[in-house]
Amino acid sequence: MLSALLLAGIIIWSASQAMAFKPAVLFDMGGKFDKSFNEGIWNGLEKFRKETGIKYREFEVRQEAQREQFLRKLASKGSDPVIAVGFGQAAALTKVAQEFPNTRFSIIDMVVDLPNVQSIIFKEHEGSFLVGVLAAMKSETGKVGFVGGMDIPLIHKFACGYVQGVKHINSGITVYQKMTGTTPAAWNDPARGAQLAKTMYDSGADIVYAAAGGTGLGVLQAAADNNKLSIGVDSNQNHLQPGSVLTSMLKRVDVAAYEVFKTGHDGSWKAGFKILGLAEDGVGWALDEHNAKLVSSAMKNKVEQVRKDIIAGKIKVHDYMSNNKCPVQ
Amino acid sequence: MSERQVNDLVVTLVTVTNLLVAFFISGLVVWALGEDPWFALETMLYGAFGYDEGLGYTLYYTTNFIFTGLAFAIGFHCGLFNIGAEGQAYIGGLAVGLICLWLEDWSLLIVFPLAVLASIIFGGIWGAIPGYLKARHGSHEVVTTIMFNFIASVIMVYLLSHILRPPQEMSPESRDFAEKVWVPQMHEIFDWFGLEITQTPLNGTFFFALICLYLVWRFVWHTRWGYELRTVGTNESAAVYAGINVSKNIIIAMIICGGLSGFVGINEIMGSSHRIMLNFQAGIGFTGIAVSLIGRNHPLGVLLAALLFGILYQGGAELSFEVQTIDRHMVVLIQGLVILFAGALENLFRPQIEQFVKLVVLRTT
Repeated sequence: MLSALLLAGIIIWSASQAMAFKPAVLFDMGGKFDKSFNEGIWNGLEKFRKETGIKYREFEVRQEAQREQFLRKLASKGSDPVIAVGFGQAAALTKVAQEFPNTRFSIIDMVVDLPNVQSIIFKEHEGSFLVGVLAAMKSETGKVGFVGGMDIPLIHKFACGYVQGVKHINSGITVYQKMTGTTPAAWNDPARGAQLAKTMYDSGADIVYAAAGGTGLGVLQAAADNNKLSIGVDSNQNHLQPGSVLTSMLKRVDVAAYEVFKTGHDGSWKAGFKILGLAEDGVGWALDEHNAKLVSSAMKNKVEQVRKDIIAGKIKVHDYMSNNKCPVQ
Repeated sequence: MSERQVNDLVVTLVTVTNLLVAFFISGLVVWALGEDPWFALETMLYGAFGYDEGLGYTLYYTTNFIFTGLAFAIGFHCGLFNIGAEGQAYIGGLAVGLICLWLEDWSLLIVFPLAVLASIIFGGIWGAIPGYLKARHGSHEVVTTIMFNFIASVIMVYLLSHILRPPQEMSPESRDFAEKVWVPQMHEIFDWFGLEITQTPLNGTFFFALICLYLVWRFVWHTRWGYELRTVGTNESAAVYAGINVSKNIIIAMIICGGLSGFVGINEIMGSSHRIMLNFQAGIGFTGIAVSLIGRNHPLGVLLAALLFGILYQGGAELSFEVQTIDRHMVVLIQGLVILFAGALENLFRPQIEQFVKLVVLRTT
């Protein structure tokens, strides 16, 4: 009798566990195969799915009004936790999270201050600072470049961190800066990216950092074609043009997304802020077999020193978005 | 049956046939993906009509498409191929938003007409410049309007990321307007009559769109201006011979195009998002071309075609939500097929249908 009860209990418990955990994600306009931000998150979630065998529900929004509509739909269908991808979903999430106080939401790249929302943001300026240090040490011409995607404050944050890193090593180095465009098309224009990078190389720059989504692939290509160096962004892009990508500024959205599902599953998920900087390994720089020859041990030591100094607070990296200004150009 | 009735019948049959073919091919694609086409159709229709929230979203999209569909239709009647609704809607929406930000303490009864006026002026100017270039210098409107789309986009990005964005905000958007100047949402309007419906972005602008449909119909077919406009569109030389000022008509048509497109801003900015944001008009302007062509550039046709695209948008989104193997690109494919068959290949089955109708009509009379 007791064992039967126990068995029934276990069955009910495991069924309720299986019932209870229905994670979901709402991708933003770029779509899950944008080779950048959304795709990074997708990679993290796929890793979770493969490890646990737990499926998740997903939707890619096409239109502004759909953010709120489908966040609500996911929540009302019992999905939990729900990941809202990108800062564009903040307004919609603020509304929906209040309507479903028992659903756990995580938003990546933005802050929504509600008791059932976890806000995950990154210190991109810190990671960019590090690759700036590497660029400055590697540059032989005393000139480096930056190609941004769409002209928005977030990308200025990357640029500003990068310039600070460069100037930290040598304030005499010139940094060319260009944004690809002013519409979302600027995220996906490799031809234009290549052209901008080529112009910088022709003006004497020997390293160009691309923070431009799909456009950056053109920058990496131009570097390989011109025997110069480039720096990738978001995910590790060193392997895309082996030997000409100096390093990549890593922004671990995949880890962040994976963690949401994992902590949601084991119950350790917490609402509130989660600011991922160098200290949390949320941002960083990539070193692997594709760029090992490009990074000397002096560079490696220096950048690790700088990393530690930033974590310890000895070096302060200015965040462009705190006042929309950059102290250096 | 009069010849006109026969013609109307043929046009209706041709459109319906084309739509059926488009859906049939979409069904084949769904089937090839390993899903049940009937279930997909059912999900789509249920998502678009089956419950009040779905219907609300469908009509909300429809409202946008009515405006841009009409905008294209007016230009088309004047012989213009206006592909600038996108930019005109953008700039018109900017005007709506600025009025709302500026006069947010005022009553909606004053702000709404002012916002309408402002979007006519801004959207109208955005249409008038290509109109002027066409009328005076012969610059082709396809080239100039698409360029103006880019200019609009650049201006908006600049304004939103440098001027209108509150300093601490990440997204390039303006702050929210005070609630006083929001166009009442449909659930609020129903609430006045004691009826309860789910909250959706559908708002009072829908009724305004219906009024615009009527006004455009009156204007094009029942005023002297409309007659002049159609004459210019049908035969420019004849219009000149009849003493009609072609340049003036082209510019007027483009101003009306711009004004109508600008009303997208009323629905989106003032009625739904309540703040100025990047790309709120994305795709609506271009879809308007398809809406107008499928609707034969007639207000009634525009209404039906706008509804069709509303269904495709909302039902399609529901479909990709419910059936996870069908992603949003599949939905775009279905829309593309509808545009291909009902818009671009409209004459594919026309000869056969014409023959068929004539045969039947001859038999019965």
